[in-house]
Amino acid sequence: MNSLIRNTARCLRSGAAVYIPRQADGRVWTSSARFLCAAADIQKALGDIVQKDKVVVFMKGTPAQPMCGFSNAVVQILRMHGVDDYASYNVLEDSELREAPNVTLVKMTSLDWNAAFSNQHNNKDNFFGVKAFSNWPTIPQVYFSGEFVGGCDILLQMHQNGDMVEELKKLGISSSLLEAEKESK
Amino acid sequence: MAITADHIRDKLTKELAAVHVDVEDTSPNRCAASYKVLVVSSQFEGKSLLQRHRLVNTCLAEELKEIHAFEQKTLTPEQWEKQKAQ
Repeated sequence: MNSLIRNTARCLRSGAAVYIPRQADGRVWTSSARFLCAAADIQKALGDIVQKDKVVVFMKGTPAQPMCGFSNAVVQILRMHGVDDYASYNVLEDSELREAPNVTLVKMTSLDWNAAFSNQHNNKDNFFGVKAFSNWPTIPQVYFSGEFVGGCDILLQMHQNGDMVEELKKLGISSSLLEAEKESK
Repeated sequence: MAITADHIRDKLTKELAAVHVDVEDTSPNRCAASYKVLVVSSQFEGKSLLQRHRLVNTCLAEELKEIHAFEQKTLTPEQWEKQKAQ
């Protein structure tokens, strides 16, 4: 409930036109409807993001400089399979923009991505953002062709049991581990 | 309230009918910020890794809001027996 209030307050601060009816009930409804619209916009935009590229990774830091061991593990696994060309989104990016007072969530802009991601800083506050989108409590998160694959544990196990090679094949990506195996035969 | 390893173990055992649960506090000073769990349950049979992990996540949804990092391994009793034998 606290997060709802906090997010609502954030939406209100963002300059949304708010109709304030006389009854207290009505007021609550108006602000939460506004909040739900903003959340829905972010969820829709995340839907577009994961469809846009074959391989999408939401992580802490960047592939060149991962900021967390689990995110690093995902980067290393993809690297081992020769997957270098993927879209990565840093959930820690631009934290100073998180509290930007003029973020309008009607149309998704780069500022809105920060709004979507900055919620990941606070575990309690995951009503919107990529955690809610994937219904997954942790970062990193990996998508193949718009489908949620899993986090670090799942990728690691897919790597170990050979599923990764198969899943990449479905994406039209030939794992470099497979190539290496062929050459050694 | 800090989440204890015992609490996680009890909840997984009860709600997922787990036959074996290992819970390890992996935070550097054992401050209950990160956990690693191994869950063995027949409820995982016929389910993909993602479905299994989602079961565990759902079971611990409240707790995961407080936990910073969470690693999990999900095995069926059969897989668990195989792993022990190795």
